Amino acid sequence: MRFFKFFIVIFFLVYSNLSNAQDSDLKNEITKNLRCLICQGQSVYDSDSEFANSLKILVEKKLNEGLKEKQIYEYLKSKYGEWILYDPEFNKNTYFLWLLPILMFLIGGAIILKLFIQKKN
Amino acid sequence: MKIKISPLIYTLIFLIIFFIFYKGLQNSNIYTPNLKIEENIPSFKAKIFNNDKFISEKIFQKDKFYLLNIWASWCVPCREEHSFLTKLNKEEKIKIIGLNYKDDKKNAKIFLKELSNPYDVILLDEDGTVAIEWGAYGVPESFLIYNNKIVKKIIGPINEELLTEIKILIQ
Repeated sequence: MRFFKFFIVIFFLVYSNLSNAQDSDLKNEITKNLRCLICQGQSVYDSDSEFANSLKILVEKKLNEGLKEKQIYEYLKSKYGEWILYDPEFNKNTYFLWLLPILMFLIGGAIILKLFIQKKN
Repeated sequence: MKIKISPLIYTLIFLIIFFIFYKGLQNSNIYTPNLKIEENIPSFKAKIFNNDKFISEKIFQKDKFYLLNIWASWCVPCREEHSFLTKLNKEEKIKIIGLNYKDDKKNAKIFLKELSNPYDVILLDEDGTVAIEWGAYGVPESFLIYNNKIVKKIIGPINEELLTEIKILIQ
């Protein structure tokens, strides 16, 4: 019985530590994907400005409220626009950005294939 | 004829990439806040400066003009705009709500004692999260509110020109 009680205490300690660590990991991951709007080329995670520190607290609060990663991005997007996100969405301003690598890959592949066929012939 | 097509494709690809990068160079990479108007006020909860009671967006009544001013005693431009806020406070048609941003309460009190208090109500934002609810990113920043809608956003300190503009808007 004593062993059982000891086991339960250990289990809860490990579990709470693990869940805290997971929350902190997610917070870091989210803040790494957010642009610090008043800094030059820094993420919220990297910056120590007042704005970035407030955002870090806010992300933590929202996670504690039970919001998911995507919901937090949506919330911040509604406040500051898409510029706050490092990962741009697929829309009319960014379609070229997303499609260009695929296009280059296809054109490159076609050229190589063409040269290969020409050489074989 | 076959040989002539390839250089043409290469040139075309080069031109497209050149055009994209050239256009990209012209884009500003500095954040420019969206100053769109007629936006609903956000829901928030903040402590009152004097009595630590909580207050929400319900503080803003309909059919009345409000100026929410984000300030801090450590903010130098806030000192500059303070005299304009005092002038605006004399207008009967507008109420000025202060949002004390990440400040030391003692310093904030000294600041108000030294420069006078133009605010009808002061709210506390100890960790800066209330300012984020408003979409603000620094101090000073002001929001002109009417009918629970943000009519005008002012980034930076209020000056003579902006004061005149606010006075015209509230008439």
